[in-house]
Amino acid sequence: MTSAQARLRKWGGKTVSFGIIAAFTLFAAFPFVWMVITSFKQTNDLLNPTHNPFLFHQTPTLDNWRILFFDSQFGRWVVNTLLVGGSVVVITLLLAIPAGYSLARLTGKAGEKFGIAIFLTYLVPSTILFIPLSRVVSTLGLQDTLWALILVYPSFTVPFCTWLLMGFFKVIPRDLEEAAMIDGLSRFGAFLRVIIPMSVAGILTVVIFTLTLVVQEFVYCLTFITRSSHFTISVGVPTVLVRGDVYFWGSLMGACFISSIPVAILYNFFVDRFIAGFTVGSVKG
Amino acid sequence: MRAAEAIEAPAARRTSVQDNEASLGRLMLAPAVIYITALIGFPFLLALFYSVSNVTVGSTGMRFVGLENFRAAFENPTFLRSLRNSFVFAFGSQSLVLILATILAISLQKEFRGKWFVRLLILLPWVAPISIGSIGWLWILEPIYSVINWTLRSIGIFGPGTWPIWLGQPRLAMASVIAVHVWRLLPLATVILLGGLSSIPQDLYDAASIDGANMWRRHFQITIPLVRPILLVALLFGVVFAFTDMTVIWVLTRGGPYEQTQVLATLAFYTGIDGGDLAGGAAIALFLFPLLAASAIILLRLARRTEAF
Amino acid sequence: MAIVETKNIKKRFGDSFAVDGVDLATKEGEFLVLLGPSGCGKTTLLRMIAGLEKQTSGDVLIGGSVVNELPPRARKIAMVFQSYALYPHMTVQQNIAFPLRAQGVKRSEIPGRVEKAASMFGIQKYLDRKPRQLSGGERQRVALARAVVRQPDVFLLDEPLSNLDAKLRTSARDELQQFQRRLGTTTIYVTHDQVEAMGLGDRIAVMNQGKVRQLGPPQDVYTDPADTFVAGFLGSPPMNFFHRDDLTVGFRPEHFLPQGLHEGGEPTIRLWFELKRVENLGADRLLYGNLRDVFRDQKVIVNLPSSMHLHLTPGSAYEFAVKEKDVKYFDRSTGVRTKPRPFWNHA
Repeated sequence: MTSAQARLRKWGGKTVSFGIIAAFTLFAAFPFVWMVITSFKQTNDLLNPTHNPFLFHQTPTLDNWRILFFDSQFGRWVVNTLLVGGSVVVITLLLAIPAGYSLARLTGKAGEKFGIAIFLTYLVPSTILFIPLSRVVSTLGLQDTLWALILVYPSFTVPFCTWLLMGFFKVIPRDLEEAAMIDGLSRFGAFLRVIIPMSVAGILTVVIFTLTLVVQEFVYCLTFITRSSHFTISVGVPTVLVRGDVYFWGSLMGACFISSIPVAILYNFFVDRFIAGFTVGSVKG
Repeated sequence: MRAAEAIEAPAARRTSVQDNEASLGRLMLAPAVIYITALIGFPFLLALFYSVSNVTVGSTGMRFVGLENFRAAFENPTFLRSLRNSFVFAFGSQSLVLILATILAISLQKEFRGKWFVRLLILLPWVAPISIGSIGWLWILEPIYSVINWTLRSIGIFGPGTWPIWLGQPRLAMASVIAVHVWRLLPLATVILLGGLSSIPQDLYDAASIDGANMWRRHFQITIPLVRPILLVALLFGVVFAFTDMTVIWVLTRGGPYEQTQVLATLAFYTGIDGGDLAGGAAIALFLFPLLAASAIILLRLARRTEAF
Repeated sequence: MAIVETKNIKKRFGDSFAVDGVDLATKEGEFLVLLGPSGCGKTTLLRMIAGLEKQTSGDVLIGGSVVNELPPRARKIAMVFQSYALYPHMTVQQNIAFPLRAQGVKRSEIPGRVEKAASMFGIQKYLDRKPRQLSGGERQRVALARAVVRQPDVFLLDEPLSNLDAKLRTSARDELQQFQRRLGTTTIYVTHDQVEAMGLGDRIAVMNQGKVRQLGPPQDVYTDPADTFVAGFLGSPPMNFFHRDDLTVGFRPEHFLPQGLHEGGEPTIRLWFELKRVENLGADRLLYGNLRDVFRDQKVIVNLPSSMHLHLTPGSAYEFAVKEKDVKYFDRSTGVRTKPRPFWNHA
């Protein structure tokens, strides 16, 4: 080939790459852009089929946002979600960190198999479990309370987080604990005082992952809770912001936007760690 | 005397649980195992039990009815339709995700300015809560106000007679639901693949360049075979999510129109919770289990076999 | 077969130049070695010739035409990587066939050419195996077979022997040179091992900090170094250097011998040598000590072949001498070789 041909091919290749990335980015982000635009539109403007939806035919308004924050239970749902999220994170850490360490260091071959088994329970879907769990929840008298969620949610965070942490702990060289034990700590002491401080990155990843799972959860909340004031964001928004058959699209889209972006930004910082943990674990196990 | 005592002391200390590794191991593992047994194992067994009983939400007693629930399910055309839809939904969305994620991951390998921002945007569908993202699409696909229809009508692609009701027409509804599910899962698959791609040594691409391979050949003969194990893991996750997801469909179509997008997951919900027939719902949900187990076994076996190097 | 040239080629990374203006021209069919320590730019230079890196400025020419814009596959070159870069999921047969398929060679011709390339290196029996089933030496041969199969104009080799066991390296070196002589293809070879360079190269380009310090046949580079870097890099043990005023003076350990052993009547310089320690290395004996007089207390190493049976006691002083022609003089501040300026008395 000639130099000219080569140059052409290179630029052609670059354009194609760029085009692909642009198309996917548009596909991924457009709904969110649309949410923002919609949330600032006046209802008359919005619900007029002759108006160009990309333009504002009437002045943008904060009305939808006002309704969302002051006239609906959205604020309530945010609080509920945070309460449940925080509690579940604590429970998950308490259960998964020791378990992950045990599987990584203390249980040998049997531990490896156990680790895989635990990972596989993650694949038992909520779709199979939610019916018996609804019965369990009502028998325990937790029907319609946030406690039901706090009790049940760790069932999908603990298996995966244990497996993730097992992978993280395995990568830490054994020398460190051995040095600590020679220096006078017990095995458990070494775990508490040496390993945990070193695993802050992994633990943070688990925290973020747990939080996103909690915020996402839909089925259990829909099943166990009937009172609208006890909903989480995930269930409240699609069900309540619809009065009768009328969708309050402006406020609805505003709620959606607010519910997505903070989590996204937080997640973005940790996604590399998360994937590293993912691939480390899968290569070994 | 002194020496003997000194030897005694450490021996006594060793039996404390903090040092005994075997029992420490079990102790540290126990809480998680107990929890998982109680909240996954036990309900699973309960689901099995319900499916062969006649329990309903209101009932206080329980009678064993054998395989009655399963038989009834097979005679129910809605159930058969849901079964079929589950397959269409899962495999349709996953094949699309696989192809698109591969293309996207390969394009994203190079560094470029603003890459972190592009990544943030591309991750949004996965990170946003499922129901939230779905509601966003509900608005975009709205029968009267759909921005897609408006745009395509104004640039002339849609003629005066063309106004698809995305969520209201049977075939379109399934396509729309699949599209939203692909939209949701694409980021996860892409990120997993990117991780796999980065483990391929640059040397191999250099050697292939020198050997004469153009971009297509490099990707088809080197990249794809080498990421196959990770691709299969991503596929496994995707298939599991697709078979068990009820949120997207519930939000968008509630299973309609006329049960055209009903899948096993949503049908189980309607039967068991809305309908109160716990036993029937459990039976329907349990159909998922062999499907999932089979997919897991097949994919894991395929992944293990391709541990090329 | 083609000549490779670079014209004032530079490569910049951030604030520094990995390759800082190199003018090179190979001779047709020659085995040219790029020698230098890690970080000197030799691999970067090789990769720019291959087209794997784009130069910041300057030109690369192959066979007389400028190839700056051409991708690697259009340059008719072949390369062997340090890691061999064998495709792990393909068999040896498929690895060797890959370049042929990529270039669109007729299907029917491929097995024959693969067979021929494989037999050149004696690896026919491995054709059905995967790389992970082969030893390091076998993998290296597969990499060579893959390079040879397309009959390229230029071979580029990036430290291909460094991953082999020391014992294997010598025989591999021998085979490599024979095979290049047979094919007669212009070859550029990168290494940090000066023994390899001296053994293999028709010419050696000694590089440091992005520049070529000296280019010439091994013997010239060894006996007539252009500066202290080249003088110190070649030769093991390295050249002895001594400083005085604005001069650096050097002579090689094998040239500093007991006075009585210099025959031939050539003028020598005599220096007293205080022996501190002896290392018996089998074929050689290394003597560590200091000098007196003009270079009082400066350390010196002597390399005495063990075929010279001399009894030497650590702690004693002996009168050693070096031939005048074996002493090299360098400017102390720049390191560049200067004309001889003897400043000592001698008989």
